[in-house]
Amino acid sequence: MQRRDFLLGALSAILLAPFTALAAIWNKAAFEAVKLDEASKALAIDDEIKSDLIHIVAPERAENGAIVQVEVKSDIAGTEAIAILVEKNPTPLIANFMFSNGAEPFLVTRIKMAEDSDIKVIVKAGDQYFTNSRHVVVLENGCN
Amino acid sequence: MADNMKMRAQFKGDYVEVKLLMSHPMETGRRKNDDDNLVPAHFVQLVTATWNGKPVLEAQWGTGIAKNPYLTFRLKNATVGDKISVTWHDNLGKTATQDILVTLA
Repeated sequence: MQRRDFLLGALSAILLAPFTALAAIWNKAAFEAVKLDEASKALAIDDEIKSDLIHIVAPERAENGAIVQVEVKSDIAGTEAIAILVEKNPTPLIANFMFSNGAEPFLVTRIKMAEDSDIKVIVKAGDQYFTNSRHVVVLENGCN
Repeated sequence: MADNMKMRAQFKGDYVEVKLLMSHPMETGRRKNDDDNLVPAHFVQLVTATWNGKPVLEAQWGTGIAKNPYLTFRLKNATVGDKISVTWHDNLGKTATQDILVTLA
């Protein structure tokens, strides 16, 4: 909760000083981590519970790793945030989405994948973290 | 900067679905150009959305989002005529904002 307040505060500051405030919000350590567990640690995630209530739609085989469409939906009550990681990418953390004011814990986006890998989704609900993953075969490296 | 974002918000009964297509190179900093020089990283780091002025989505992105980013999200309580606004900020300090009113699907 404190983190959320911090983020909202920083967001309003963005109107005044876009560049410096953005540097304060963006989780540099997590996004620049080169290993999955380092990225999780930088997101302050310690213990994850495997959950089939996280639904991930992605192709089994991606011809071109430069554009892999992923849909994520969480049926876990109280979902506040959805993070997407690709284990084998040079920097595994792809994105972290935070929802509020009636935004559904659902998203569709397109990501880059370097090679065959699990797409790992981590959901934050209150003080707990849940995870699920889906394997994608990648025919052409899309991480250049 | 209106050309930077294509946006649609449709009322689908149970929710409003917002679809976005941004125009952005999303350079990772690892790609080499034809002269074998590294192209500097240039990517969207933060996307925020509001519904009638209230924050609904805040997304932090790394370099792993595909070029010309695509995003769909859904709002439970929104309805026709409501205003959805989306802003992005990238690592070079560039920014773009776009507003749209919710329409019937």
